[in-house]
Amino acid sequence: MIDAARSFTLTNLDGVAHAFDGTGPALVCFVKEDCETCNIAGPVIEGMFKAYGSGIDMVVLGQSGDNNAVFARRHGLTMPVLADAGCKASFDWDIEIVPAVFWIDEAGKVVTKFEGFVRDDWQALSDQIAAETGQPNAQIDWDSLPPWRPGCGSKHFDPEIYDKLRAEADGSVLRARKVEVASGDDVAEFMFDQGFSDGLPLVPPTPERVMRMLAGTHRDPQEVIATVPPNMGVATVEKIAINAVMAGCKPEYLPVVIAAVEAVCTDEFNIHGVTATTMGAATVMVVNGPVVEKIGMNAGLGAMGAGNRANATIGRALRLVIRNVGGATTGGVERSTLGNPMKYTMCFAENEAVSPWEPLHVERGFKAEDSVVTVFAMTGGPVHIVDQTSRKPDQIAGSLGQGLEGVFMPKLHNLPVDALLVVCPEHINTLTVEGDYSKDRLRDRIQEVTSRPLREMVQNDHSGAGIPVADAEKMGPEKLAQLAPKFAGKEYIHIVVAGGEAGKFSSAFHGWATGAVGSISVSRKIDLG
Amino acid sequence: MTIILDPTDERVPVVRQITERTGSVQGVVGLLNISKPRGNILLDELDRLIAEGAPGVEIRRYTKPTFAKPCPDALRHQIRDECDFMIEALAD
Repeated sequence: MIDAARSFTLTNLDGVAHAFDGTGPALVCFVKEDCETCNIAGPVIEGMFKAYGSGIDMVVLGQSGDNNAVFARRHGLTMPVLADAGCKASFDWDIEIVPAVFWIDEAGKVVTKFEGFVRDDWQALSDQIAAETGQPNAQIDWDSLPPWRPGCGSKHFDPEIYDKLRAEADGSVLRARKVEVASGDDVAEFMFDQGFSDGLPLVPPTPERVMRMLAGTHRDPQEVIATVPPNMGVATVEKIAINAVMAGCKPEYLPVVIAAVEAVCTDEFNIHGVTATTMGAATVMVVNGPVVEKIGMNAGLGAMGAGNRANATIGRALRLVIRNVGGATTGGVERSTLGNPMKYTMCFAENEAVSPWEPLHVERGFKAEDSVVTVFAMTGGPVHIVDQTSRKPDQIAGSLGQGLEGVFMPKLHNLPVDALLVVCPEHINTLTVEGDYSKDRLRDRIQEVTSRPLREMVQNDHSGAGIPVADAEKMGPEKLAQLAPKFAGKEYIHIVVAGGEAGKFSSAFHGWATGAVGSISVSRKIDLG
Repeated sequence: MTIILDPTDERVPVVRQITERTGSVQGVVGLLNISKPRGNILLDELDRLIAEGAPGVEIRRYTKPTFAKPCPDALRHQIRDECDFMIEALAD
């Protein structure tokens, strides 16, 4: 409750504007029609107006819209009953409970204030007004009234009202430009027309929705998280929250989106190149740690799509930040030859519960109790690796390796290119049927089964890709007999576990240009505050 | 009326303005190779054509470390300080 009265202009029951200039002597009461305690106070308020109304300014502010008139009729109120439409005055006067009463002196100072119904308080206030204005005491049968009744919560605390009021208040944390969509315009169509969309409908980022989204993080809305290529736009927490609203995120997803924006906007990950390349790269996000369960991400059945809101919208929000804050529009700096459905969204959680290995984030140096997002630049996937008949660990490991032959194209080997292998639980069972089978052993096995003599990689009539004929001639038969594995090093092979219990189907994502001139995978701890 | 918050970086105006055209080429022309293969061939040819068509113009050559990343700030500032015009060779 405020200590100094504030002015307002509100309409009375006849729709006529009534101005209060913030000075007294004045009695200002806030009520709600469906509040029992307000209805106990109703006759008291009218009794005080009859006694003191000629000497003081007295208004009742109703929070109940059309039902303000019902309240006034019920209690025969004869003072101005004003509509606190949208509860802005209730918010400004910082009340929590109705009825709320303010007795204001000539300078606008609040002399007495209280909420709810404590009979002694109301009676003392009546006596105070009588004394200060030199008028006879109000004729109120105080003994007929209950000694105490709790009030009701002020209506402006209803979430849909409160968030709007906070967003519109003078001290609002929001700084983004407000875009007015005319009442005749369809908001969804408007957002398409403005180029905000990835091609799918968006949730309108109204100020109240953005306020709710911002409640998902402890971070300051104006904190700069990253500058986003290609336009080097400034991604504040607020801008990320706006795009997260549009993507359909819940507030609790926001910290994951923020960490992902941090991760992709590093020099190592190079979202500029990932976006611009004609090769059609996209960000694949893997989430690890306690946040997965906390926000309901899917690491099991159908983890890579579809149907889980967190998986779907977190990936989409990241993409919208790059598009809207970074300015990466398709046909602009986004110049993929074919495009890629992962450019809409590709985000899933690792199934740590069924993995025999350290989770990805622990392997990458984080603590198990940390929540971490890891981003990979991938051009293809998820590509299934189907093997329903292998029963020995080295057999299934071999199949997983052969399933990676398609990265770029089967003929190309020694590739300095990342792959992300997602092993399903049934394949894990086969891998570990005889005991431990380390990730490193699996990587070695992949390199082993994919090794081919270099002579198979020479350009020929079947394919002009590979080693130029002139170079091959210089190498000679001995060199051409040397074996080359699929990947230039086993460190290019990233492995996680995901998926449901049933089905012998693992999957792989195929990388882009890995390294300093391309992209290097990045992990960022999620700040859950 | 509905109010939504701008999800973009709020560049104004929405349609980016191009620099005013002077109608003639003079001073220093920068040729920026973004390090895509064969970009140098295109720039060599442009270099020759400019030298023929506008003999008083000084040509300076620049190279981005990699086409895959934005131009480093220092190079961008150097080009801004040294050149009146800029031609960037894209293309494969």
